[in-house]
Amino acid sequence: MLEITSLHATVADKPILNGVSLRVPAGEVHAIMGPNGSGKSTLAYVLAGRPGYEVSEGGVSFDGRDLLAMEPHERAAAGLFLGFQYPVEIPGVSYLQFLRESLNAQRRSRGEAELSAGEFIKLAREQAKLLGMDADMLKRPVNVGFSGGEKKRAEMVQMGILAPKFAILDETDSGLDIDALRIVGDGINRIMRAPDKGVLLITHYERLLEHVRPDRVHVLQAGKITRSGDIELARELESTGYAEAVA
Amino acid sequence: MTAPFPTHRQEEWRYADLDALKPVWEQFAEPMTLTVGPGERLEEIWLPSGDDVQLRRVQLALGSGAKARIFTLNTAAVYGRIELEVSLEECAEFELYGANIGTGLSTNEIVTNVKHIGVGGRSRQTIRSVLNGKAVGSYLGKVEVARGAQKTDAEQSVKAMLLDRGATANCKPELEIFADDVKCAHGATVGELDAMQLFYAESRGMDPAAARALLLEGFAMGLWESAGEPDAIAEAAREALRRAVG
Repeated sequence: MLEITSLHATVADKPILNGVSLRVPAGEVHAIMGPNGSGKSTLAYVLAGRPGYEVSEGGVSFDGRDLLAMEPHERAAAGLFLGFQYPVEIPGVSYLQFLRESLNAQRRSRGEAELSAGEFIKLAREQAKLLGMDADMLKRPVNVGFSGGEKKRAEMVQMGILAPKFAILDETDSGLDIDALRIVGDGINRIMRAPDKGVLLITHYERLLEHVRPDRVHVLQAGKITRSGDIELARELESTGYAEAVA
Repeated sequence: MTAPFPTHRQEEWRYADLDALKPVWEQFAEPMTLTVGPGERLEEIWLPSGDDVQLRRVQLALGSGAKARIFTLNTAAVYGRIELEVSLEECAEFELYGANIGTGLSTNEIVTNVKHIGVGGRSRQTIRSVLNGKAVGSYLGKVEVARGAQKTDAEQSVKAMLLDRGATANCKPELEIFADDVKCAHGATVGELDAMQLFYAESRGMDPAAARALLLEGFAMGLWESAGEPDAIAEAAREALRRAVG
């Protein structure tokens, strides 16, 4: 479903990714772990198409299409979703308006009918409820005044509403307490565990992985994948740290 | 006798498009006078006429305890000027919500002179500008607090968004205070659309034009929301934004 081949990328002319290769077949959840500065967020941004993140070599194919040739909004319409490590605040724009415009833009570009205001609000309320979020928060401006944990939960509500094929979740677990972690973990399983979907889960910690149970775990260090394994690898990293695990 | 034609040396005309003004000056030379009696209220919505050159010059006198609230959208294709001279007697309240939305070679300006004469007056001026192309958008706002006008509370909030390197925003709040127990605040910012906000919206599926339009709407539309959303002006502003974003 997602195939990354020898991906090299630079940010402000500084090489950050130095040949990442990774294949996530449909129906699987893969985790990427790694120390700070290893390139995890850069990989997420390159896949979503953030301006300023330049690919110098290698390629990415998504459902057989050349992902890197697509604009960010085209990637979204093709079914790619990035859960932001630091969700962005947009004063003056309500969450409902933001998500309705997003969803309908995606639907239009896929040749599907747009959702009416009523249909959309029903969908948004359902998804908020499933993630334990007060639906009235969606009337507020996007992420303004939200706590760190609320922002992450709101990212998952967005994922539930947009229903992507493939989600890249960049440290969605940071800033969450234990209860919120379980709710978010359940949300990922409910929304994304399906034979035709896939997830790339970027995390520092093994805790979320106990809820989501990835099929594969990869270690990213200095812009390259240095080890791959199953969930046992994550447990080993949790107890020994990155330096020893790779040595 | 017609008032003398202004020059750029006069501070309140410094950024004006005098070439555009010249042919129509006779028509606008005399300001219109509005008086709100003690304890009375006035609410006005000034929509653009659609003329290429449009001036509105108003002198507004607020009696004791009078309240006035003015919404205005300044979006002339060549030259638009909203000029307001306001005087506030004791405990009068004045609120102005104004937007300059311009593109091309247009000049749009809001020029105010708010005079607190009596004790305990309150004034609020909130101005937002969205400028594309080589457009100029200005706010020149003078607040005068007379010697006896203690407990005056005056605020000016001015923000401008530039969508093109060629666009210009001028923000000039000015205070002249002769009383010692007053609160006068002003804030002015000039910025561009935030790249991370744009990317966030695009990553959710909006194309770049839709993302820009939504962010600008968020920037400018807060103006009308704070006051019960006069629909006509919000809709006109939305349309002007669409034109300006192109």
